[in-house]
Amino acid sequence: MKNIHVSTVLNGDETEFVCAPEETLLDALRGRLGMTGAKEGCGTGDCGACTVEMDGRLVCSCLVLGAEAEGAEIKTVEGMAVGEGLHPLQQAFIDHAALQCGICTPGILVAAKTLLERNPDPTDTEVRYWLAGNLCRCTGYDKIIKAVQIAAADMRGA
Amino acid sequence: MNFQSSSKQDFKVVGTRVARPDGVDKVTGRALYGADFNVPGCQVGLILRSPHAHARIDNIDTSEALALPGVKAVVTSADWGVPEDEGLRDVQDNCLARGKVLYDGHAVAAVAAKDMVTARAALKLIRVDYTPLPHVTDVDEAMKPDAPVVQEARADESVPEGSGPNVTHYCEFGHGDLDAGFAKADTVIERSFTTAATHQGYIEPHACVASYGNDGKADLWCTTQGQYLVRDLCAGIMGMEGSQLRVTPSEIGGGFGGKTTVFIEPVALALSRKAGRPVKIVMSRVDVFRATGPTVSSSMDVRIGMTKDGRITAGEAKLRYQGGAFPCGTVDMGAQAAFAAYDMEAVRTRGWNALTNRPKEAAYRAPGAPMAIYAVESVVDELCQQLELDPLDVRLKNAADAGTKASYGVTFDQIGLRATLEAAKEHAHYHAPLGENQGRGLSCGFWFNFGGNTSVSLAINADGTASVTEGNPDIGGSRASISMMAAEELGIPYDKVRTFITDTGSLGQNDVTDGSRVTFAVGLATIKAARAAIQVMCARAAKIWGIDEDAVIWEDGAAKPSGPNAGDFEPMTLAEIAAISSETGGPIAGHHEVNAEGAGVSFGVHLADVEVDPETGATTVLRYTVFQDAGKAVHPDYVEGQMQGGAAQGIGWALNEEYIYDEDGRLQNAGFLDYRIPVASDLPAIDTVILEIPNPGHPYGVRGVGETPIVPPLAALSNAVSRAVGVRLHELPMSPPKILKAIMAQG
Repeated sequence: MKNIHVSTVLNGDETEFVCAPEETLLDALRGRLGMTGAKEGCGTGDCGACTVEMDGRLVCSCLVLGAEAEGAEIKTVEGMAVGEGLHPLQQAFIDHAALQCGICTPGILVAAKTLLERNPDPTDTEVRYWLAGNLCRCTGYDKIIKAVQIAAADMRGA
Repeated sequence: MNFQSSSKQDFKVVGTRVARPDGVDKVTGRALYGADFNVPGCQVGLILRSPHAHARIDNIDTSEALALPGVKAVVTSADWGVPEDEGLRDVQDNCLARGKVLYDGHAVAAVAAKDMVTARAALKLIRVDYTPLPHVTDVDEAMKPDAPVVQEARADESVPEGSGPNVTHYCEFGHGDLDAGFAKADTVIERSFTTAATHQGYIEPHACVASYGNDGKADLWCTTQGQYLVRDLCAGIMGMEGSQLRVTPSEIGGGFGGKTTVFIEPVALALSRKAGRPVKIVMSRVDVFRATGPTVSSSMDVRIGMTKDGRITAGEAKLRYQGGAFPCGTVDMGAQAAFAAYDMEAVRTRGWNALTNRPKEAAYRAPGAPMAIYAVESVVDELCQQLELDPLDVRLKNAADAGTKASYGVTFDQIGLRATLEAAKEHAHYHAPLGENQGRGLSCGFWFNFGGNTSVSLAINADGTASVTEGNPDIGGSRASISMMAAEELGIPYDKVRTFITDTGSLGQNDVTDGSRVTFAVGLATIKAARAAIQVMCARAAKIWGIDEDAVIWEDGAAKPSGPNAGDFEPMTLAEIAAISSETGGPIAGHHEVNAEGAGVSFGVHLADVEVDPETGATTVLRYTVFQDAGKAVHPDYVEGQMQGGAAQGIGWALNEEYIYDEDGRLQNAGFLDYRIPVASDLPAIDTVILEIPNPGHPYGVRGVGETPIVPPLAALSNAVSRAVGVRLHELPMSPPKILKAIMAQG
């Protein structure tokens, strides 16, 4: 079967790509568009390293077909920083050592951003449950939760 | 110049919490990991794996696969020679099976094709004729005389006559008279334990790109903990000279020991050589579980005697580990670590390794120690319960200290065990009230720490900055620590230094990022490389001033006359000396090469509060505190990060994680859904207390911190569960059904 032509909005820019019918959105992002910020940790939706936002919803891009992005709005970690400035979550993750190897970081940042857009003042437990779909093997999550809360406070004050 | 600063106290940069140099790359998606690297014309490599736990390979027919349009190469073990060196041969045989498949998931053949669809189709066209053989996956079964033989004649010279055919290694440590020691005890407890194999669980699967040129030179880009080891193993397997293979490490998405060997890299090189094109292999998560890692599983007996007032009189441990289908020496480290926390008159540990039809063990954070110390710390805790003694007081009473002859033979130098125990005893956590079905457990932990081969180069740039080139992949923030130590020594700000991790062509040998060695050994070499550069800068200043080199000292980032007699000259800063270096003798650099010793052992203590639901057997961790000696915490955030991350892995090991094999010898839970590592909602905040008892072997007193924290959670949680619901489990993981069964059996 022939490749499919897809028109989408990626991090605010109108973007077109072709992909195979069975190709995942993750593979299309990484392989066709060179957007390697989203990672494949499992390919089965268990680890959250491939998390992106699709029409305002968090999805594992390894469980979405590239073709399903037709007409959709996709946001990835590459779209979080604007110009020279980092998103408050990105800054908090650096300032408070919320990453070690960093492979889970893009997915966690995208997920945390959608949480704070819905709930600007979450409890620690709410943060922990919201991020329960994003595995991190390095940090024990402690500094991640703290960094999200610091960014949340920063954004509420801003 | 004189550098006797081993008790250095007055730090300006070391001990601060600066931003890591790779931070922005990693929060913006710019950092390139193993699977993110591509080269033009790259082919997709895929590996065919055994569906059998144990089988003879009668024939492999690759002709149909090769005939498929778009397939560029197919390789099997026949594409390689047979190395004489046993260790190298085992690594090679693990990468592609030779004669027999030894476990479910063992690699058999590989293809390179123009795309994934073609590569998948080609794998299905490879015909392998197998004759299934009897298999064994349990360590106790594997040690029996009539067990299925995994590999013939693999016992080394340590194995006593009459051992079972799968026993490959035996070891023994200890001192003193055990019988006399046990005779002095008021109570003796002996228990048997088992622990499941657990996987390192790094989120980034193994990935590499190999490009083998027609001239016999090759490049390999991969995610690894050690590019030099990858080069040596791959060159050995491919029959290449080391200088002709350049290995460049990517950013690494976690390793925990699991990326200290090769699985796919030699296969990609073999495919690339045959295809005449670059080849990329990225492992799937299923393959990562089936064919890489995990750590050993164990079966252990521990006997300890104690007096009524809590003095340990004797201890004995028998450890039986299986590390998969190839010989494995991990039990040595378990047998050495088991009683390391205690000052004992009589102690003896014995260890056996047995082959099973499981994947080849790879190092996992303090390999061999967590399970042995779990067994010892469980028995110590049970003695405390029986004798109604405070478990921290008992540890303090028996704690190893400077001058203690360790159970594994060495005499300890300055160590931090007593300080961590005292800190735990004083901490509010230890005195907080507990509710119904809640319990508090504790455990000591220990790791040896490694030094090893290290080569560092440090360039002073003409603009007054410094570039450090080192050869150890940064797995948790080490570039920050290395830059900090260089800045400290040179006397310039942290942001004037940048540290790079280089390929195998650019420095001398660097051992892998393992054994908690990097901040210690690379730090030590960086400090000495900086001192070498300082020596050059002082000589340049002496030349400008026309005085003797010995009359120049380095202070606060500048060369100064050593005293009034040396002459009256304004200090010259690093930037001033660097700016005119081309007129005073050329570029300025320092380097240092060492096989570092004096790593300094590491001790920690963990406190855990749990609540067990008596209806379901589920355990919730309510509160957790880690106490650990870091020697000197170079970057406290990342020291805490190691303590928290290790604790989380240990909690997963204690409660959930295990390799589950069915009767057919196939792995049943090869995915993150069924092999469940802790998620954010499973864990509480993990508090940390860093102690700093300087390591005499490092100029700043640094000790490695990475591995010790995975050790204590196993016993700390088992001890906490025991105190919460009055049942003591002797196996890990303590999954809810097992705890429920124990509660119900108690009635």
